[in-house]
Amino acid sequence: MRFDIPNLPEGTDALRANVRAFLDQYDWGPEVRARSWMGFDRGFSRELGKRGWIGMVWPKEYGGHERSGLERTVVLEELLAQGAPVGAHWIGDRQSGPLILRLGSEEQKRRILPGIAAGELAFCIGLSEPDSGSDLASLRTKAERTNEGWKINGRKIWTTFAHLSDYMIALVRTSPAPEGGSRHAGLSQFLVDLRTPGITIRPIRDLLGDESFNEVTFDDVLLPPDALLGREGEGWAQATSELAFERSGPDRVLSSFPALSMGLDAVGPEAAVPVGRLIARLNTLRGMSLSVAGMLEDGKSPAREAALVKDVGNTFEQQLPEAIRALLEPETTPPALRRLLHDLTQLSPTFSLRGGTREILRGIIARELGLR
Amino acid sequence: MSEIGEAIAGQIDRLLNDGNTPARLRRLEGGEWLADTWAALEEMGLPLALVPEEVGLSWADAAAIWQVLGRHGAPVPMGEAMLANALLASPVEGVVTLGDRAAPFGRFAAHALTETGLHAVTGHTPGLNLAREPRDALVLGPATGAGAATLRLGLALLRAALMAGAARHALNLAVEWANTRKQFGRPIGKFQAIQQELAVVAGEVAALETAVGIAARAVDAHGLAGAGFEIGCAKVIAGEAAEATARRVHQVFAAIGITEEHELHHFTRRLWSWRDEGGSERAWAAEIGAQAIARGGAALWADITSRDVRTA
Repeated sequence: MRFDIPNLPEGTDALRANVRAFLDQYDWGPEVRARSWMGFDRGFSRELGKRGWIGMVWPKEYGGHERSGLERTVVLEELLAQGAPVGAHWIGDRQSGPLILRLGSEEQKRRILPGIAAGELAFCIGLSEPDSGSDLASLRTKAERTNEGWKINGRKIWTTFAHLSDYMIALVRTSPAPEGGSRHAGLSQFLVDLRTPGITIRPIRDLLGDESFNEVTFDDVLLPPDALLGREGEGWAQATSELAFERSGPDRVLSSFPALSMGLDAVGPEAAVPVGRLIARLNTLRGMSLSVAGMLEDGKSPAREAALVKDVGNTFEQQLPEAIRALLEPETTPPALRRLLHDLTQLSPTFSLRGGTREILRGIIARELGLR
Repeated sequence: MSEIGEAIAGQIDRLLNDGNTPARLRRLEGGEWLADTWAALEEMGLPLALVPEEVGLSWADAAAIWQVLGRHGAPVPMGEAMLANALLASPVEGVVTLGDRAAPFGRFAAHALTETGLHAVTGHTPGLNLAREPRDALVLGPATGAGAATLRLGLALLRAALMAGAARHALNLAVEWANTRKQFGRPIGKFQAIQQELAVVAGEVAALETAVGIAARAVDAHGLAGAGFEIGCAKVIAGEAAEATARRVHQVFAAIGITEEHELHHFTRRLWSWRDEGGSERAWAAEIGAQAIARGGAALWADITSRDVRTA
């Protein structure tokens, strides 16, 4: 694995300056900044959509802006550095949109993509089930063919923002795993309109008191034939092909960045060494993330590199608020920073869970090393 | 990295990959000067590799070459010679070291470059680092030419790059061992506990290699004097990765890895030594941190991104 750093394209400086000037109008409190891409604000996403900062790399005919992947990365970085509440479009822009663009029918692309790019359509990802977490291929939600389309029964869980989203891309079983064959066979992806009758969405309150993830029950949910996304039986390969996009972005490095920028103003000169260590690591991990963005831009499939970036990035994201906290006395910590640290502390366990657990990622890295 | 840089790095790797690395490092640590190794590398033109009007490699090329040297334990001070000649107005022949207090291989050097200029080496008091590499206090003749104000930066980049190579080799050794050594009827690399340890090392080594790449790019774009931040970051990560790598690979190797006979310790002891040289991670972090604190939180992100290298 090699992490060469791409040169940023011309015009990046102006783009950064534009995004920064736009973000300067907002004065989010620590509760918003701590949540960042776990904050859901449709109004804010619409504003970004108006400025062409969602679906940036997609073709113009589908509402995109035909910018480079590195320009998109620049926008993502700026949003995350401020802790902007980008959750309403994050999954659509990062994963669901690219998947539809690559595998969707012409009709699906025309119907869905412009809405995502406008910040109007929010997506969630239906993967985990009550008995299927890291062992995803054991999932049991199934779709059966009917005369009019498909009938889905089963249950998804830990589905972030299902209760606020318009669509789910769900991975379900369409035929039994072949006897003695790969359990990855027989899975398919569906584009599910969450208003469809038979879908019950129950928010699950988390330790922070937020309702961000959900249990989604499918009870004889009837879907039209064109709800199938991509090819029947190819769902596993389709779902995992997006992992390099999902795992390597700046959202795996910068989730707790506001703790560092706010922390700098609260610590004294005696904190130089620990602060310097954090900045050195931040700069390096940001480089690794940019490097994977460059590989993706060059059409490569850096799935294993992305797993490594996510693992080292998540570790940093979790250490950062703890490191800042260790430099301050709770009683004299500025109140806004203290609230930020309180929320980040409670959010940080999710950093190394969402998008693939630390243990799964390290298993991928070990395989790349030639172990296993 | 340029094609010629890649070719030279490959050539060095083939030269040193002769199965004699542990023997070479044992000889060196026993006090020998590896004249044959030095001569072979010198013949490849390495001392002048960074001199623009000679080989004219980039710093990115140099960093890649230093990583190859690091993978073989850097048995001769060729990185130091490359660096010295890059900083000198006119290159010097033969072995040239850097600094005067704990000068790498100083006893074998004819010249030393310091921040005040180029000197003839007229005497020395021998010293060793914990890897038992020569680190000598030198008696120097008068300075000629200009001093090398950026020496410290160059040395930090050199050490970070050598460390990236040494850490990569230590990881490779550990993977090979984990796939060979059997306990409970199977290779220990089949156990998740071992896999997870080595995956962490892989992350640290990759981070270090990236940090070195970022620093070398910054030198190519802004010169040594303009790349202090990136070089400092690389040396901080090098120090942290060295600790994490050495601790974990030794754990995987268990008792055999701490024997004198085994190759591993030549690399882990170099990692432990080199993190103290060219500025410790603490020293560089102090500089980076002090500057960031003085600039304030609002400037941090803008300062980091303003240093990106853009397409011209």
